Amino acid sequence: MREIVTALVAGLVFGIGLTISGMVDPAKVLGFLDIAGDWDPSLAFVMLGGVVTAFVGFRLVGRRTMPLFAPAFPAEPDNTIDGRLLAGAALFGLGWGLVGLCPGPAVTALVLDSHPATIFFASVVVGMLVWRQIAKRSGQ
Amino acid sequence: MAHFTPWASLFGGILIGLAAVILFAGNGRLAGVSGIIGGALGARGRELYWRLAFLLSLLLGPLAWTTISGSEPAIAITADRGILVVGGLLVGLGTQMGGGCTSGHGICGMARLSLRSIVAVGVFMVVAFATVFVSRHVVGG
Repeated sequence: MREIVTALVAGLVFGIGLTISGMVDPAKVLGFLDIAGDWDPSLAFVMLGGVVTAFVGFRLVGRRTMPLFAPAFPAEPDNTIDGRLLAGAALFGLGWGLVGLCPGPAVTALVLDSHPATIFFASVVVGMLVWRQIAKRSGQ
Repeated sequence: MAHFTPWASLFGGILIGLAAVILFAGNGRLAGVSGIIGGALGARGRELYWRLAFLLSLLLGPLAWTTISGSEPAIAITADRGILVVGGLLVGLGTQMGGGCTSGHGICGMARLSLRSIVAVGVFMVVAFATVFVSRHVVGG
């Protein structure tokens, strides 16, 4: 139960953060990605604020031996750079650049502009299931 | 630069980072939205419930902010139906293949100084910038 409440609080704070930051709006995201146009660099500040806060927070929390309501912290990041990582990141960048929605804003858009957001979100889920089938067949 | 909002974006980013710290401290989980959605597909029991709780709450974020601030955020999705489908498929496929998105690699992974995440962010940012350049200044306009 405490695990669920933690997830509820984290999701709400995340959603409010996305909204205030402007990340929820594909028009603003595409304005950030359009360096050659009327460039709006605001969203670089989202990454700055998010990374610095998480960097400090993860280190403070990491002094504990375990999380509050779970048995263990995630494994240390693995540093393997392979074709799957590079190709996956490139495909994601292409899809993000075409529409202006990454996964978090794809969720919040469901309440802000539900008709196109539903088409996009459903396609994201289908794309995920497609990868699952590919991975299963290639034995990964 | 008419719509430059550095302070709002910085503050929003800090809240996103704080949300990641809350999930990490409480549940020992990383707040990567693509990983949370992907992990919910086919999951059962506790693995499913915390993910659904996070996603449902994420969905309520804009409504909560509307209540607090008194104004609803205006968003504009300009892509047509075909582009929405193609873009969505690529985002779903790419994030699962590459193991993360703007939150998982971009916030959590970078904050953990993961080399994989730093490389992934470099790749998806460059490709996204190039995609917008081509669609707005080469083929479109």
